[in-house]
Formats: sequence, C-alpha cells, structure tokens
Amino acid sequence: MAEADPRKLIESAIIIILRAGVAISVTIIAVGLVMTFIHHHDYFSSRPALGSLIDPRESYTASVSSVIEGARQGRGQSIVMIGILVLIATPVVRVATSIALFAAERDGVYVAITSVVLLLLILSFVIGAAG
Amino acid sequence: MTPLLFVLTTFGIALVAGLFGSLLGLGGGIIVVPALTLVMHVDIRLAIGASIISVIATSSGAAAAYVRERLTNLRVAMFLELGTTAGAITGALIAGRIHPRWLFILFGAILGWSALAMLRHRSVEPTDATAPLSRKLRLSSSYFDEVLDREVPYKVARPETGLVLMYGAGIVSGLLGVGSGALKVPSMDLAMRLPIKVSTATSNFMIGVTAAASAGVYFARGQVDPFIAAPVAIGVLTGALGGSMLLPRVESHVVRRLFVGALVIISIQMLFKGIVG
Repeated sequence: MAEADPRKLIESAIIIILRAGVAISVTIIAVGLVMTFIHHHDYFSSRPALGSLIDPRESYTASVSSVIEGARQGRGQSIVMIGILVLIATPVVRVATSIALFAAERDGVYVAITSVVLLLLILSFVIGAAG
Repeated sequence: MTPLLFVLTTFGIALVAGLFGSLLGLGGGIIVVPALTLVMHVDIRLAIGASIISVIATSSGAAAAYVRERLTNLRVAMFLELGTTAGAITGALIAGRIHPRWLFILFGAILGWSALAMLRHRSVEPTDATAPLSRKLRLSSSYFDEVLDREVPYKVARPETGLVLMYGAGIVSGLLGVGSGALKVPSMDLAMRLPIKVSTATSNFMIGVTAAASAGVYFARGQVDPFIAAPVAIGVLTGALGGSMLLPRVESHVVRRLFVGALVIISIQMLFKGIVG
C-alpha cells in the first residue's frame, strides 16, 4: 500500500462511526417496534387500528424532549423515534469527527471545508427549528 | 390491512429501495414515495417524511462498505458537500416563494437531458487534464475495480463546475425534498468525469448529509411517523447493506445503464407532477 497512514485513520474512523450509528439506530428502532406490538395486541389482527397509526392529522411528537419523555414511559413509538434521531445524527457526527481528524493531520484546507459544512448543517437545523 | 401486514409490506418495499438506491447513489425516494402513497395509501406528506429517512438510511447503510473499498472519494465528497448544504439552506429559505409546479417541470427536464447526455457521452474514458483546484485539493485518486481486477486511477475535472451544480442539486432537494442523488451522479459523471461507480458511491456518501440537513425540518413539522419510519429504516438499511456488497462486483456499464433507466423514471415522475399536478 502506497497510501500514507493518516488517510487510513480518517477512513477507519468514518467507517466506525457509520457502522456504530447504523447498529445503534437499528437496534433501538427494532426494540421500539417490538414494544409497540407488545403493548397493542390488536395490531396483529385489527384492520381499523392502522388508520390512526398512519393518520396525517395526528402530530408525531415533533420535539426531542417529548420523544425522550415518551420513551421513558416505555412507549414503543417514542423509542422508535429515538432510533430515528440517532440515524439522522449519524451523518452530522461523521462531519464533525472529520474536522478533528483533518486537524490532527494538519490539513488546513480540509479543516476549513468540513468546518463550513458543519456550520451550514447547524444553520439548517436552526432554520428548520425556527420555520 | 392490519398494522402487522403494513409493517411487513413496508419493510419489503424499503428493502428493494435500499438495494437499488445504494447501487445507484440515489436515496430510494423514487420507490418509497410512490409505493407508500399508491399501494399503502399513506398521506403524501408522511410518505415524503419517510423518504427522507430512507435517504439517510441508504447512505449510512452502504457508506461504510464503499469507504472501505475506496469507491467513495472522500475528498471530492467533502468538497462538494459545501455546495449541497449551502444549496439545501437556500432551498429552505426560498421555499414557498416559487411554485413547486415549475420546479418539478424544470427538474424533470434537466434529468431527462442528463439521461440522454449520459447515454451518448462516455465512450471516452476520464480526461487527463487536471484542473488547478483539483490538484490543490488533491481530489484525484484511484479505486480497485473487482470486475476488471485492477487498480483504476482517475483524475477529477472541473471541480468548480461540480460545486456549482451541487449547489443547484442542494436547492432542489431543499425545496422539493427529493432527488438530490439524481442530480449529483450526472454532475460528477458529466462535469467531473469520475468513473461511474465512484460517482454513485460518492453520491451515496453525500446524500446522507444533505438529507440530514432537511430531516430536522421534517421532524419538527411532525412529518416523520414512527410507525412508517421504523420498517422503512430497517428495510432500507438491510437493502443498502446488500447493495453495497453488490456494487463492487457489478460491471460499470451495467451500473450506468441502470442509472440512466432510473433517471428516465424520475424525470417522467417529475414532469407528471409538474404538468398534471
């Protein structure tokens, strides 16, 4: 291998973050889904039950605090949401970690590039929360 | 339909979406949205919320393998993410000021043109001329092609054009919540002259970041329904894992043809939405 070591370091770190993010979120989502069915036996057989589950007029707990509160009470759907939030956070964590790794490599240009990307990502979350 | 059957069917749909999406650098929205709305009778807004989750899952599910195989060009991805995230924000800011109808028509036309261009061009392999910026950012790289059984070096042309195109792709995905991969791959292919597998793998890597930027908005608006998102996420992640094992072994021209086919389908979907409503 002709490649220098630092590049491998960044690659391995990104691979670990992606794998961990996927493994954690899949596990949490699966647990949440199983709990949803355990709490609601009628979901196995009842046809009308589906209507309220995919009703667009329902509000799907749109704040992080309400999701955490629901998960504390053992609500399956709130636990699923936590897994979804981990999934959403994975790419963001990946970008943030890249900054540190490029900095360790003393690669100024890419520290700048990834920092701007992270700032833009944060900005988009702020705009999203405001709008 | 019972909730159990709904979960199982949605999982099956998501599996297929993850498989094709990860092979072609797309988010799987072209499969998830129509299947959920037409077959499963899910409200369009919830279907779009689910498709954003599908995009992130496709990206994260396959990206680890693509990075390990060096199919993803990390530097190109990180450089171009400047354009896509900036575009996504612009899109979010001007949303509501432009009628989506014209956007769908414009987007559909651009994709149709891209499909034609990708079919016609490219009997010639990557250019030799390296742009100064490309050299400065050390974008050029190589990957090991399992089908050819050799290392394939490539140079990256016109990074500035690529960045501008990515900005446009970001605006479209910010505005419409769809199709960022469909614009990313042709940009890397036609303008930057990357090998097709590198284009789809690098697009796959980038769409997760673009989608994460809009996912916050969809989550806050209550468009992410856990009962739909759960089977979509698990199904897509599983499918994407399969796709990522497949891509290194598929011949480049097959990937290219599949991608052009997908582009034509998306183009028709968009034109239909814009014209019929």
